[in-house]
Amino acid sequence: MSLVAFLGAVEIGLVFGLVAVGVFLSFRVLNFPDLTVDGSFPLGAAVAATLITVGADPYLATLAAAIAGAGAGLVTAALNVRFRILHLLASILTMIALFSINIRVMGRPNLAIIAQDTVLTPFYGLGAAQYVVKPLFVGVAVVLVVWLVARFLDSEFGLAMRATGANPRMARAQGIPTDLHIYVGMAVSNGLVGLAGALFAQTNGFADVTSGVGTIVVGLAAVILGETLLRSRMIVFMLAACVIGSILYRIAVQLALNADFLGLQASDLNLVTAVLVAAALILPGARNPLRALVRREPR
Amino acid sequence: MTRVRSAALAGALGVVAAGAIVLSAPAPAQAQDAVTVAVTAIVEHPALDATRDGVRDELVENGYVVGETLDFVYESAQGNQATAVQIARQFVGDRPDVIVPISTPSAQAVVAATNDVPVVFTAVTDPLGAQLITDAAMPGGNVTGLSDLSPLSDHLGLVRTFLPEAETLGVLYNPGEANAVTLVSLVTEMAPDHGFTVVEAAAARSADVQGAAQSLVGRADAIYVPTDNTIVSALEAVLAVGADNDIPVFTGDTDSVARGAVASIGFDYYQVGRQTGAIVLRVLEGEDPGTIPVSVAAGTDLVVNPAAAEAMGVSVPAEVLDNAHTVIGAE
Repeated sequence: MSLVAFLGAVEIGLVFGLVAVGVFLSFRVLNFPDLTVDGSFPLGAAVAATLITVGADPYLATLAAAIAGAGAGLVTAALNVRFRILHLLASILTMIALFSINIRVMGRPNLAIIAQDTVLTPFYGLGAAQYVVKPLFVGVAVVLVVWLVARFLDSEFGLAMRATGANPRMARAQGIPTDLHIYVGMAVSNGLVGLAGALFAQTNGFADVTSGVGTIVVGLAAVILGETLLRSRMIVFMLAACVIGSILYRIAVQLALNADFLGLQASDLNLVTAVLVAAALILPGARNPLRALVRREPR
Repeated sequence: MTRVRSAALAGALGVVAAGAIVLSAPAPAQAQDAVTVAVTAIVEHPALDATRDGVRDELVENGYVVGETLDFVYESAQGNQATAVQIARQFVGDRPDVIVPISTPSAQAVVAATNDVPVVFTAVTDPLGAQLITDAAMPGGNVTGLSDLSPLSDHLGLVRTFLPEAETLGVLYNPGEANAVTLVSLVTEMAPDHGFTVVEAAAARSADVQGAAQSLVGRADAIYVPTDNTIVSALEAVLAVGADNDIPVFTGDTDSVARGAVASIGFDYYQVGRQTGAIVLRVLEGEDPGTIPVSVAAGTDLVVNPAAAEAMGVSVPAEVLDNAHTVIGAE
């Protein structure tokens, strides 16, 4: 694996780390199985790319992408909270609607911004190669986001949100407005996914309406991979675990890409990726028989 | 507990790192002067696979020997754009002599990842719109390639030859595919010249194709399927609707005629690959990709499937049979 390929995997892992943090907020904190992300990821990409093509400031365009993602989360939350549609179905409805909306936003299914200025343009002139600048920039953004989300979840409002997900009846009995917390949580979650989409579009020079396919699968895999390897009760480590899980997932893909000479062919990629991720999930938890012999603890 | 977990994490990272080192061991020995051509496509698909094979065969026919003087690398993103980006970074890091991205998203990922490794894209319908190049005649930089824009006017003429009385032409496409949207707007523009009114039917995924095809029953005298990956991957559903309701189905690619469409004119994607391979050869011989104009794939193969025509209630005109390059089912 070359350095360019390795840093590329880290960069994409960091971008999808934001997705993983968003998925963590919906699935784990709010206990809300949310598939909206398959639509809010390309929505973020579409909004950012469209605004950049019409000449908007890339930073404002990225902010707008995050707000658009948050709006998608609010729609799902409203369908569930206000109109009592099952959360899974509510998120599926938003997701499929976003496919059409994303094409409306861009006016076409694929919008290129290779030639336009992006949030990264000011940093390309500093001497480092692009393949180094991109992961560094995304890394700083991810650290900032993880810190902010950790502060948020440790605040009184955030604790009430965690209570909403853990035990809604008890939360309501304590006077917590659970509906409000579901709205805010879903907005933050999908806002982060929209931000990830905006960064993906800008680091790779295009927004494509089909880029959202499978986002939820990758996000969930990262969350579970992360929490299997790094189990902690501190919220900041739980969030960091999501990002680490996402990076490991991307490194697994990159390893699978390198596995050709083992007699595998290009079409085996997804299988090899799945086997590597499964191994990462199974191996750390597997009982070492030798250790069990040496240290048999009395019950 | 925390300590055990962090040990486990360190272990897992160690396994990954060790794997990275083992897997980065050099591939089985290549001759010193071998050239490397790295090919990637967004997804496995008969047309995209044929393009890849065409590129390889063109190189082989011109004296390169795979495994000796030619290292031919191929990766598929299996439909995932994040993976397409990772493949692009991998290729750029490996610094092959030429990268050949097949399809628009793969090409965009590669072009965004490098500005010095030579790139010859192919099977991209609108390279200017995709910002792969800024000038087709003189691309500049490290990028050139081949567009696969269909000979649409010939297709409409072909439908007219089969159906002199037809008025409405149903067009099936995926509004999420950039190439298909471009083609459909061009077809809609040209249709009046051939006396057709276009009726659109959209299918966002292959599971929706059958329903979209059925929605054309009673509204269209013929169905036209442009080179759209989603529709072509579920073509059998369209063909069944056509046969059940006597609506002849025409396609933009000739590969689909063997699968049961009535007829098509064009290049098969193997020929697109061969033409791409010819550009790759020029780059391998030292020509600057920035000075090679981006061209549109040539080809005028008329392919017809008389059995399919009969199943869909039309007869094959004699002039079509006379001019056919390939008649499916004839030896």
